[in-house]
Amino acid sequence: MSSTVKEIEILNADDAELMRISREGTLSLNLNEMKTIQTHFGALGRNPTDVEIETIAQTWSEHCVHKTFKSIIRYSEDGKAPEQIDGLFPTYIQRATEEIAKPWCVSVFSDNAGIIEFDDTFNLVFKVETHNHPSAIEPYGGAGTGIGGVIRDSLGTGLGAKPILNTDVFCFGMPDTPYAQLPKGTLHPKRVFKGVVAGVRDYGNRMGIPTANGAILFDARYTANPLVFCGNVGLIPRNRCEKSVEPGDLVVSIGGQTGRDGIHGATFSSAELDDTSESLGSVVQIGNPIMEKKIVDALLQARDRNLYRSITDCGAGGFSSAVGEMGEPVGAEVHLERVSLKYEGLAPWEIWLSEAQERMVIAVPPENLPELMEICEAEVVEATVLGTFTDTRRLQVFYEGEIVADLEMEFLHHGLPKPVKQAVWQSPKHPEMASRDAATRDYTDDLKALLASPNIASKESVIRQYDHEVQGSIVINPLVGVANDGPSDACVVTPVLGSRKGVIVANGINPKYSDVDPYLSAAAAIDEALRNIVAVGGSLEKTALLDNFCWGNPDKPDRLGELVRAAKACYDIATAYGTPYISGKDSLYNEYRDTTTGEQRAIPSTLLISAICVIPDIRNAVTMDVKVPGNLIYVVGNTYAELGGSHYFGIHGFIGNNAPAIRPDEGKLTMERLSAAINSGLVRSCHDCSEGGIGVAVAEMAFAGGYGMALNLDNIPTGDEITADDYLLFSESNSRFIVEIELQHRDAFENHMADVPTGYFGTVIDAPDFTIKGKAGHTIIETSIDALKFAWQTPLHS
Amino acid sequence: MTEPKVLILRTAGTNCDAETDTAFRLAGAETALVHIQNVISGKVNLTDYQILAIPGGFSYGDDIAAGILLAIEMKHKLTDALHQFVADGKPVIGICNGFQVLVRTGLLPGIPASNSDAPELVQRSTLAMNTSARFECRWVDLETQESPCVFTKGIKPRVYLPVAHAEGRFTAPADVLAELETNNQVVFRYAESEYPSNPNGSDADIAGICDTTGRIFGLMPHPERFLTKWNHPHWTRLTDTQDTDTEEGDGLAIFKNAVNYVKANLL
Repeated sequence: MSSTVKEIEILNADDAELMRISREGTLSLNLNEMKTIQTHFGALGRNPTDVEIETIAQTWSEHCVHKTFKSIIRYSEDGKAPEQIDGLFPTYIQRATEEIAKPWCVSVFSDNAGIIEFDDTFNLVFKVETHNHPSAIEPYGGAGTGIGGVIRDSLGTGLGAKPILNTDVFCFGMPDTPYAQLPKGTLHPKRVFKGVVAGVRDYGNRMGIPTANGAILFDARYTANPLVFCGNVGLIPRNRCEKSVEPGDLVVSIGGQTGRDGIHGATFSSAELDDTSESLGSVVQIGNPIMEKKIVDALLQARDRNLYRSITDCGAGGFSSAVGEMGEPVGAEVHLERVSLKYEGLAPWEIWLSEAQERMVIAVPPENLPELMEICEAEVVEATVLGTFTDTRRLQVFYEGEIVADLEMEFLHHGLPKPVKQAVWQSPKHPEMASRDAATRDYTDDLKALLASPNIASKESVIRQYDHEVQGSIVINPLVGVANDGPSDACVVTPVLGSRKGVIVANGINPKYSDVDPYLSAAAAIDEALRNIVAVGGSLEKTALLDNFCWGNPDKPDRLGELVRAAKACYDIATAYGTPYISGKDSLYNEYRDTTTGEQRAIPSTLLISAICVIPDIRNAVTMDVKVPGNLIYVVGNTYAELGGSHYFGIHGFIGNNAPAIRPDEGKLTMERLSAAINSGLVRSCHDCSEGGIGVAVAEMAFAGGYGMALNLDNIPTGDEITADDYLLFSESNSRFIVEIELQHRDAFENHMADVPTGYFGTVIDAPDFTIKGKAGHTIIETSIDALKFAWQTPLHS
Repeated sequence: MTEPKVLILRTAGTNCDAETDTAFRLAGAETALVHIQNVISGKVNLTDYQILAIPGGFSYGDDIAAGILLAIEMKHKLTDALHQFVADGKPVIGICNGFQVLVRTGLLPGIPASNSDAPELVQRSTLAMNTSARFECRWVDLETQESPCVFTKGIKPRVYLPVAHAEGRFTAPADVLAELETNNQVVFRYAESEYPSNPNGSDADIAGICDTTGRIFGLMPHPERFLTKWNHPHWTRLTDTQDTDTEEGDGLAIFKNAVNYVKANLL
């Protein structure tokens, strides 16, 4: 064997030695997995090469194979008898989609992104990914390559989709964290914030993709483990959604050159961070958006001329994953010396595993190669024939004529032992906060404090750095209202210019409720994403969901218990609303360990739900800014005394226990009726009630529209007896909206909503004054829209 | 009569080509998206077209400075073809990155009259980093100026369009600025001087200029992003009475003017 390839001595290794090999090689394989590999090679009578063991480690990594979601879990809740769950993903996610069985789901969970129908000519693809670990170490590069990677997921779905929209959700530590309190080896949240935004901005803008939806959340527990969710929607011809590989097709790589960047990204992200992680510079990739744009330009031409049969992106694991996945049903033979390198000196396993960005692999029938090369030459993109897909059912890798890896596809893709994990859930009990009605009659300062809290405050300074207008497709902006600065619930685009058919993209995320119950947090995330869809004119009927779980270490039973709670909600709520999952991803091990003190920090259990909805006519869309003085303001949906995990409790230092419950029957009826009312033109503006409840929602609608309001809490429909004004105003109960109705549509609207709790509680006024009267009749909020807007815009102004 | 043919010039990093293409097609032109490599190699001939459009984007990543690499490429590899195109009286439009390219080639503001005996393209103005020092995307009010620009004939006195750029601050030496005013070469100004109405801090609130013939036009705002009224950020605020019959966005007129100019003068 040549000096460039090493044999890894595992055949005679004991347990300790196996784990040392895993740890020192950043393989992130556990003992059981190492032993499985040992047994496999024992039967072959030889040791694996470094190329082989690295290939297996990448393919079996949490990042690539999502073993936690497929594992057998013994789960016990509040001390009750344990139940056995045979895989969270099949049991709660995939099963929900199968049972909902929407005919417009074209491809779910199988390709790089989910595919749904759009119109007679096109389908839509949608994928959201995380790039958390890299962004913690190198925010600009980590976030930029995060968005770059998810764009390649769209490009690698079917035979390639044209990217049409980006969405980004970030979770950071508190921006005012004192430097002295920073965990060792971590960057300040402000630095992470700035770098992540710049990374996403520079990549997305250069690619010419509108970034028109997102959210930014803050919590001290994200300081060491910031979360960066990047999503992309693509448009793909209906007859380009299927792929296959035939023996004899050429393995062709297209795009950037290969260097030592990003090696071990997949396995690195499948372990906890600690205070030494910052020195692992080589695990973060280096992005080049113009290279990726060139690939898109070239590949979409090649796609339309039918020059290749299959495509996938080089993401985690680089060529090893891309070729390994594409070749799984047939076999593949690759010659690493043919790979175009950035510089000399890479060992074969480094070439094979490099996560250098902006590379795609396609399967090209040999007769199409000249035409493909012609396109690539015209677009100045490098394309290289690396090998051939075979019929051996083996993955065979050569370097300078010598075989350096020879793996059975069967073992590589199906040899991973299914782990058994323990999970427990114990309901917490937090101190409760009483209404402050006894102490105060004025909640103006509370409302301003809520508007100024970083999760609610305006994100305009960030949103403006993204191009939302490129491609000329946007019809509902992320910033709306008379001064283009109100917070839109969702964005709407018309990806086919000239067509009125639209796409809505929205998201929901409520990690604060996880402190009470991750079930309720997940349920609220789904409800919020759907509310945002409905609020701009969408319908549940044509909405699909994506789930992205970011969790702590799932090897710890309590963390895994939280994951089980959330997964159960995903099944229950999606099936109740009839909204299927089409794609999803998980990022686990979001924990930080201080190696000197042993201190361990986990993020709050965080589920991002992204929603996509197709609407037949964008002319029926509405925005959240109030439009005309004299119009009537209604609240739609019941309010309950549900302030556990609310922002109102939060600003007073409480968590509480009554997080918003989910009542999907009520919620579904409310959303269906309201969606129909909006689409029949009865509603002038609509905003969902989320963080900060009714109080924050009405304030945002008023200052976005440039008109004041005179409101009265007396007529708010409630599901249980609530007399406290602050509870009414700031409860975060699910499935509620505020709408603006013209006087002439009053009867029609009320008749239409007859079977949904709906309360008329004030009017839009032709003055900047903003007042709310409490249940007892006295004024509890008295201010101006300018003062409210100032409070909302100031905190994250720059 | 044949339709005017527009060559929409592309290169690595161009990203507003599809909507520019849509705009010209809606305006009644025949369009071709052409990579500059195909013009340089002679596969595509500039003389076969009557309009040249350089769309927005980040040509070559805007490395070094916005638009500079494409400008150098055009100046040095398409010298004769470009001179011929302009000499033939054919309209040229550069939007955003395209404007940056036109300014860096010197096609805008163009060769000064004093130098017309020995015409040489030199850069005389620039589009510098925004005063806010960052990329920004927002809609701005533009005031249409009296100018010879063929693209803005009969256009509304005030037009609302989006900008999205980091390097859009138009600046030039005092004599060049004075010359622009004397020759009425300023086509659009931001309606007010304060940030963010003037989103980038441009001298004299300049948003777009033309050459002295009015046939070469460059602007930072994006008319191709306002082709239907549903692109307007306030369309949901319009009431039935404010609603006009037209579903056309204000940006389309710029492309229609170019098409009409070619039909009247060049076909």
